[in-house]
Amino acid sequence: MATQFKIDGLKASIEGKEILKGINLEIKGGEIHAIMGPNGTGKSTLASALMGHPKYEVTDGEVILDGEDVLEMAVDERARAGLFLAMQYPSEITGVTNSDFLRSAINARREEGNEISLIKFIRQMESKMKELEMNPEFAHRYLNEGFSGGEKKRNEILQMMMIDPKIVVLDEIDSGLDIDALKIVANGVNSMRSEERGFLIITHYQRLLDYIKPDFVHVMMQGRIVKSGGPELAERLESEGYDWVKEELGIVDETVGQA
Amino acid sequence: MTTQLSTPVNRQMTEALSLAKGEPDWLAALRAKGADLAETLEWPKPEKVRIDRWNLTALGSHKAEQPLASIEELPEALRELSADAPAGFVVQRNSTAVFKQLSPELQAKGVIFTDLETAAREHGELVQKYLFQAVAQDENKLTAIHSAIWNGGVFLYVPKNVEVELPLQALFYSDDAAAAFAPRVLVVAENNSRVTYVDNVVSAYADGGQTLAKQSIIEVIVKPGASVRYATVHHMADNIIDLSIRRAIIDNDGRMEWIVGDLHDGHVLSDTQSYLKGNGSNSDAKAISIGTNAQQMSLTTGAVHWGRSSESNMVTRAVMKDQASAIINGITKIEKGATKANGVQMEKVLMLSPKSRGDANPILLIDEDDVKAGHAASVGQVNPEQVYYLMSRGISKQDAERLIIHGFLAPVVSEIPIEAVQKQLQRLLERKLEG
Repeated sequence: MATQFKIDGLKASIEGKEILKGINLEIKGGEIHAIMGPNGTGKSTLASALMGHPKYEVTDGEVILDGEDVLEMAVDERARAGLFLAMQYPSEITGVTNSDFLRSAINARREEGNEISLIKFIRQMESKMKELEMNPEFAHRYLNEGFSGGEKKRNEILQMMMIDPKIVVLDEIDSGLDIDALKIVANGVNSMRSEERGFLIITHYQRLLDYIKPDFVHVMMQGRIVKSGGPELAERLESEGYDWVKEELGIVDETVGQA
Repeated sequence: MTTQLSTPVNRQMTEALSLAKGEPDWLAALRAKGADLAETLEWPKPEKVRIDRWNLTALGSHKAEQPLASIEELPEALRELSADAPAGFVVQRNSTAVFKQLSPELQAKGVIFTDLETAAREHGELVQKYLFQAVAQDENKLTAIHSAIWNGGVFLYVPKNVEVELPLQALFYSDDAAAAFAPRVLVVAENNSRVTYVDNVVSAYADGGQTLAKQSIIEVIVKPGASVRYATVHHMADNIIDLSIRRAIIDNDGRMEWIVGDLHDGHVLSDTQSYLKGNGSNSDAKAISIGTNAQQMSLTTGAVHWGRSSESNMVTRAVMKDQASAIINGITKIEKGATKANGVQMEKVLMLSPKSRGDANPILLIDEDDVKAGHAASVGQVNPEQVYYLMSRGISKQDAERLIIHGFLAPVVSEIPIEAVQKQLQRLLERKLEG
């Protein structure tokens, strides 16, 4: 069965301040959705709330992945159910090597006694790292420690490729990437496109969407999706900016929760 | 009812001890001097830890053990600790050295590796020349008592230009809480020599034995251009009070490396210092500790710079559980004239329980202008952002925390020079963390 991911009336707040004011979105396996919008409109909050970041409190709505209530799950259960978030600011963890971490993540999805063999794991990781043009040495480096912005982003994509999730949320994966790195990351994402997998790409620039063609584009303002369309919407936003959307909808300040 | 004297040694005792062991006169005289000094000197007073409330005088009494014919006679659990020890191996059980072995290759090169009692008899001139040079008898009551009662121990002598490839190993164990347990280690590395030494300090009896104050003093003499690596892992039952003083004196261009694993279950006073006397001398100290239950610990690493362009680096990482408390001191002292010296230190404490306590005290004492020095200290809990990140990849909360805690200690664990010891340390970490 193709993946079905449904966000229905999702509201979330941080420190008592409501940021998401009712998000509705449906993603099916094989589809790529892009959420665009200026800074401070709630895009990253959506990503964090979906994954279950402890700082965000979901106050209303539901999120269903293949019939399962995501919001009832702990963060690790969401991940094992098939949700993956490539983070804008991944944590650095001293003393935990990239490969130990990845192997733990893969084994967390397997029964005890059925862990991935070391050889198979290394072979897989090496081939994916090659695809992402990562220095093999990064396997033995401590997780994200001392990585440049671009290296961290590649490492997020590496994890996505190794974990093989059903729904992938990419939060500002293009920020801090030069054009070559952007292409490599986009190739990584494109290689993962399949009928079983849905993508939600959060970005404020069109340029990523030149390399990863979305099926649907949504504009987010004031904690809501205010406009949806096809790829042509992204192109118009790129050439004309967001003012016309604001004008059309009578929005003066597009941000949300900015004190 | 017995009365505990504040000074549990005297001249008659040490004279009897020397006689029983058949020790040379010079050594008997030093022991007697230690007993005299002990009567007037005070216990050391580490920052914020009242060791005077510990039962410091429960020193046990001297008991002779049978020597071992081979390592095979050691209890299985103890034999595993040191793996093969092909280069050299010294074993002390309670008050007595019971086994010693050194490869013929190293013997041929003039390396001496034996217990300190044997060395005092067979290499008296050498031992006499260096004993108490790094840790003097009259520093305090602890150093004085130890100089009077020490037993077994290790003497390691590496001649000029000799490089010892494989680590030399020692095992000190207590299986009788009524027996004195006070090893003394003396390492002398002559010019341009190189050696790695590893010891395990353990107990081999069930918890709940009577209190035993175990003292150990380690002296390392690093001659010009020599390099000494010293790794030590302590893990005894909680009836033992572990009092350990380690000190190296480092000459021109010499290098000292300390790796200290304080994984003991009882109270701990652990003090590890490098005296950088020589120009261009260098010292690196890495220490890890895990505190559990109601353990109290005073953990100090120090570097004193006299030499020009001398460098020191100290890293301590401690994980505190339950109601355990640790005072962690890092002391970098740069004396006048030690120009271009560079001293760096970092202490980090991870607290896993609201009732545990961990204080990190970086102390810089600098009497010279033309130097570099740096310090960093932190005390904190497991970072929730890191836990979230790991969990977002499907790793359970428990495993995420375990990875982070092990990662916190990894910078020290990964430096352990022998794989078997490293693995054993991992096992001990697991045991103390999960237990």
